[in-house]
Amino acid sequence: MAEILARHAPSQDALLPILHDVQARFGHVSIEAIHAIALHLNLSRAEVSGVVSFYRDFRRTADKRPTIRLCRAEACQARGGERVAEHAERAAGQRVRVEAVYCLGLCAAGPNAMIGDQLHARLDPARITALIDGL
Amino acid sequence: MQIRISDDALAVACGADAVAHRFAEFGHDVVRTSSWGMHWLEPLVEIDGIGYGPAAAADVENILAGKADAIRIGRIAEHPFIAAQTRLTFARAGWTRPLSLEDYAATGGWGGLKQARALSAEAIVEEVTRSGLRGRGGAGFPAGIKWNTVRLAPGTRKYIVCNADEGDSGTFADRMLMEGDPFMLIEGMAIAGLATGADKGFVYIRSEYPHAVAKMRAAVRLAAPLIAPFEIDVRVGAGAYVCGEETSLLNSIEGKRGEVRAKPPLPAHDGLFGCPTVINNVLTLAATPFVLAKGARAYADYGMGRSRGTMPVQLAGNVKHGGLFETAFGITLGELVEKIGGGTANGRPVRAVQVGGPLGAYFPPALFDTPFDYEAFTAVDGLIGHGGITVFDDSVDMAAQARFAFEFCAAESCGKCTPCRIGAVRGRETMDRMIAGERTADNLTLVADLCETMKFGSLCALGGFTPYPVMSAITHFPEDFDARGQAAAE
Repeated sequence: MAEILARHAPSQDALLPILHDVQARFGHVSIEAIHAIALHLNLSRAEVSGVVSFYRDFRRTADKRPTIRLCRAEACQARGGERVAEHAERAAGQRVRVEAVYCLGLCAAGPNAMIGDQLHARLDPARITALIDGL
Repeated sequence: MQIRISDDALAVACGADAVAHRFAEFGHDVVRTSSWGMHWLEPLVEIDGIGYGPAAAADVENILAGKADAIRIGRIAEHPFIAAQTRLTFARAGWTRPLSLEDYAATGGWGGLKQARALSAEAIVEEVTRSGLRGRGGAGFPAGIKWNTVRLAPGTRKYIVCNADEGDSGTFADRMLMEGDPFMLIEGMAIAGLATGADKGFVYIRSEYPHAVAKMRAAVRLAAPLIAPFEIDVRVGAGAYVCGEETSLLNSIEGKRGEVRAKPPLPAHDGLFGCPTVINNVLTLAATPFVLAKGARAYADYGMGRSRGTMPVQLAGNVKHGGLFETAFGITLGELVEKIGGGTANGRPVRAVQVGGPLGAYFPPALFDTPFDYEAFTAVDGLIGHGGITVFDDSVDMAAQARFAFEFCAAESCGKCTPCRIGAVRGRETMDRMIAGERTADNLTLVADLCETMKFGSLCALGGFTPYPVMSAITHFPEDFDARGQAAAE
């Protein structure tokens, strides 16, 4: 944590970059992390906490399960995305977290999903099931 | 023999890396390029100008043996989808290596910045104004007027902010440009800096675009000495659609919640960190090197009415030939969907197209003669937005799409203003009752009334434009709404 803070200048506009680093390193932004960041940036804990809760990328609690982010936006809907989503939920059960994402920018090749930074296009029920089973 | 394969995110998502790897196993070098934008053909393999697509790793042996006629598409540069375009902003797409300074310079790169350096700030702004270039992010505000306001604004510190928070479903031109031709965006930002007296720029990219972030970061490092003393920082969003709204985006860069600011003051006067700020979309800034290098007239010669130049149209959703199609304004919606896009991917009839992302209107084929032009779209209660066209076949349920528009707005609202925060939730609930067949006519009246309130009472486009998809669905596809009430009553 100290190492992450040391990389960023103590100015408020460093808050998002710091939160990205903390999220990437620990998988969530804990209450202890929020306190340390607030101290470093001379902000109130409420201010930092308010920013953490505003953005979808930051999580307050740890979740060690593998995550797949499935696009649920219109272009993927138009290509059978909702059916793929149903199969994804079924294959994932409680073991894998299926998160909704609204557009990955691959809109002519949907339905699409992202695992980590890996993108997957042209999904169908069989492919999404295989992807999730492999996690 | 030169083998070229795109490393654009879409090509990669379709398996381009595996195809490239397979060629390497056969002892060939593969050059990774930008994407031609023919997404239905990705991964597209180019060997000495001839294209093969969509190619799988299993096709590589046949391609090398000259036995891949089934996926051979002939000379790519002469493909009808490419030949029919007017490519100003995407002139390098498919031709160059994205991070090659050599390729960029060899194809006319830095020519606009060179011209700009020889001109006064006033003259640069004048050139951009005369080109007729309007913001490509959605609102279509003239770029020259915005730049001039910042140029004339008092203050020693000024900023150029590039809005690369391309959150609209059905749009991907910003992503393709950043991944395929990042130096052109950098050049455009440096020109904007000279025009306004700003020496610092930010590119704010959504976190859903990790490939674009990586490419821009690498490109900014490589180009730094060439644009000095202008400096660029790449910032990454954190999963909030509303940060595509310019004032939310400024708050987000400042490390705050991405809530919209009330306007005025305009960002041009009081923007990032309280300083005069140009905030433009990727495509707007990327269009300016052409304007400076070739002159305002060369740009303004394209287009129709007050919509000058070209628009990179994005054909998305259930479309046969999906991808990026750059064309002068004035082509009709129907030509884009039926002729260029080839209709639906699964061959069923087209029933609706949504233009301009999740906040854009749905159009029935009856309105396909509408020309692609800001004013013409406004006249039929639509908007061009960022130029995305999402095609739906006849299985689409328009009541469900109208409901989704409210649901999306409710999920993404920043919460600052009541019409958007509460209106979207109430809208979704009312749609649910309507879909359940409960008092259809009354609930439709309620939705229309709510849309009026949201349209005129919201602080930004998220709440203010959600009525476009909702009301257009109700207006143009009434059968999907009325029939439910009848069915429930019977």
